[in-house]
Amino acid sequence: MALPAGEGAADDNIIENPAEKAAENTPAVSGSSALGRMLHRNAARTAERRRTGELETRRSRRRRSSWRFILPSLIGVSVFFLVPFMVVVYYSLVNNPVQHVFVGTENYVRILQNPAFLTAARNTLVFSLISVPLAVVLSLFLAVVLESRIPFKSYFRSFFLSPMMVPVASVILVWQVLFHSHGLANDLIGIFGLGPIDWPKSDYAMIPICILFLWKNLGYNMILFMAGLSAIPREILEVAKLESATDWQIFWSIKLRYLSSSLMFVTIMSLINSFKVFREIYLLTGDHPYGSLYMLQHFINNNLSSLDYQKVSSAAILMSIVMVCIIALLLMAENRAGRDLES
Amino acid sequence: MEEERKSPVPENGEQQLPAENNSIENVEEENQEKELPAPVVRLSGSQRRRAAAILERRRRQREEAEQQRRLEMALDREQARILHGKRVRRRFVRAALITILAGIFAVLFLMPIVVTFTNSFMAPSEINANYGKVFATGTNGGKVFIADKVNLKFIPDMVTFSQYASVLFRSPEYLLKFWNSVLYVVPIVVFQLLVASLAAFGFARYSGKVRSAVFFIYIAVMLMPYQVTLVPNYLVSGWLHILNTRWAILLPGIFSPFAVYMLTKYMRRIPVSLYEAAEIDGAGEWQVFTQICMPLCRSGLVSIAILLFIDYWNMVEQPLVLLNNSEMHPLSVFLSEINAGEISLAFAVAVIYMVLPMLIFLYGEEYLVEGITYQGGVKE
Repeated sequence: MALPAGEGAADDNIIENPAEKAAENTPAVSGSSALGRMLHRNAARTAERRRTGELETRRSRRRRSSWRFILPSLIGVSVFFLVPFMVVVYYSLVNNPVQHVFVGTENYVRILQNPAFLTAARNTLVFSLISVPLAVVLSLFLAVVLESRIPFKSYFRSFFLSPMMVPVASVILVWQVLFHSHGLANDLIGIFGLGPIDWPKSDYAMIPICILFLWKNLGYNMILFMAGLSAIPREILEVAKLESATDWQIFWSIKLRYLSSSLMFVTIMSLINSFKVFREIYLLTGDHPYGSLYMLQHFINNNLSSLDYQKVSSAAILMSIVMVCIIALLLMAENRAGRDLES
Repeated sequence: MEEERKSPVPENGEQQLPAENNSIENVEEENQEKELPAPVVRLSGSQRRRAAAILERRRRQREEAEQQRRLEMALDREQARILHGKRVRRRFVRAALITILAGIFAVLFLMPIVVTFTNSFMAPSEINANYGKVFATGTNGGKVFIADKVNLKFIPDMVTFSQYASVLFRSPEYLLKFWNSVLYVVPIVVFQLLVASLAAFGFARYSGKVRSAVFFIYIAVMLMPYQVTLVPNYLVSGWLHILNTRWAILLPGIFSPFAVYMLTKYMRRIPVSLYEAAEIDGAGEWQVFTQICMPLCRSGLVSIAILLFIDYWNMVEQPLVLLNNSEMHPLSVFLSEINAGEISLAFAVAVIYMVLPMLIFLYGEEYLVEGITYQGGVKE
């Protein structure tokens, strides 16, 4: 904080200087009084500087002491996340935890050739590609629906949000009943003449999971969009309405533009949440699901229990690289969206 | 002025004399002179008629205009009424359509919850009859009737509390697992909030390069999915010899950076002037924290506590990886391991498991919404 203080003092001088010059230039009523004023001003300034200096030292002491507040958390995060993460990086670069022979990228090459890992990565990717756009579009739709003038709005909001609170484990039974080969879902598609599908053990296994994911996450996204919608300045919407813009035009050219930052945030949060879908899959189908549901988390779990550190750590590192890219994307998008609206 | 006034008088006297001499001419002249200003006041017959006509026309025009205006106003009003009616009707139709749509969505959203709830009042035999097929592992005794179809039933044929009774009195392992869940969630929520409010104060109070770099690391850790964080957690638990104990779940949970991030965002909205005022009054940093910052964060703490509660009440990944011993698993994991023999009370267990979060939801929906809204936007 010493630096900004110095800057502040310099600023003061710059501001003072013209005034002093002006005082010198103006014909003094009496020389002694002008000198006295200057002296007085100087004294005041030094006192001021001393006082701010004291404040600064006290503040910097406070600043340093404020790290004490962060310390417990920092130690915890370091011990449980950061340090072991470094060790994971190290493990991914050695041949095994006992011999510690540096092998470079060999583990990565091996994992990228591992069929189980590739299947898991592909499944995770496919699931994200299916569910994230659906989650974003549907939740935006729900938010817009709840923004329009309809009765029982607050009830609808509660209804849409309630799945978020319900533990997945509790509704898993209903999903099992719905998507059984003799279940309701098959009856429904039977109306359209489609054959019964044994959902969890077919290539369509992702559909029930996707529905479960949407059911769980739409409310959360919807709230984010609703917050974004309510932040749009009313005047702009009113002007647009006066200029007889249709609702559709208002939506596309005003609301969506103002929502761009929430849109980005929701997309990336959904993406991150879609990586966590293992929970739903595990609860529905257990440790070893049908091939199309084999996710990265399954891969890691199964290899952890067989203590294959190399595979696990290189998989985790690859995953974290992907995540860092996504987070960087998020921050960049936020910056751009923010600037876009300010200008 | 006096001199000038006096002079015209004799002139007038001189002029009046000849005027009296030729009186006839004068009279005629007078007549003519009187006629001259007359058109301003009096009009001749034709003129008067014309003027009257003009006036009449103007009046009529004015009246017509007035009438026209009134008619137009009436028309406008009528049209407006019609238009308004149309608009109202259109708006009404649209609102009705949207409401119906929202209603459909609401039914879809609520259906699983409601079904779970109503089915928890079914008698075990009915459950077996309806859903036996789903959970049957082949050998089911053969005595029980199992329908060929799997019927999803909303309303039980007969409402009984037998499921709940058997959960409470005959299968204590479920209650044990429920208790496990509580034992994980409550300490994690409480202590994570404690650790996080300290750290968040440190982050929100001052800013600097090091601090923002550390905070960025926190955000990154927070956003990492379990695929990434569980491997480090597993390693640490191994080193600390807490694998397969409760601590393996509790400690990473307590130090998870999620609440730090959320609370920092919340605290940054507290005006600095409040802190400064306390500082000038001689409050130390600890006092500023406990007397100023914490009371202002109360609603934020509740929101974050709810979000944390949902997250950890739902946890599946951590116990699966970190706890081999299924005795210590929370109910969420245990519910997925329900087999055919226990299907008759599964719904009741599911309801018991979701009652607590639902109650919290009913109590704190506003807090939840606030918490989610705060989450929006990673940077700030």
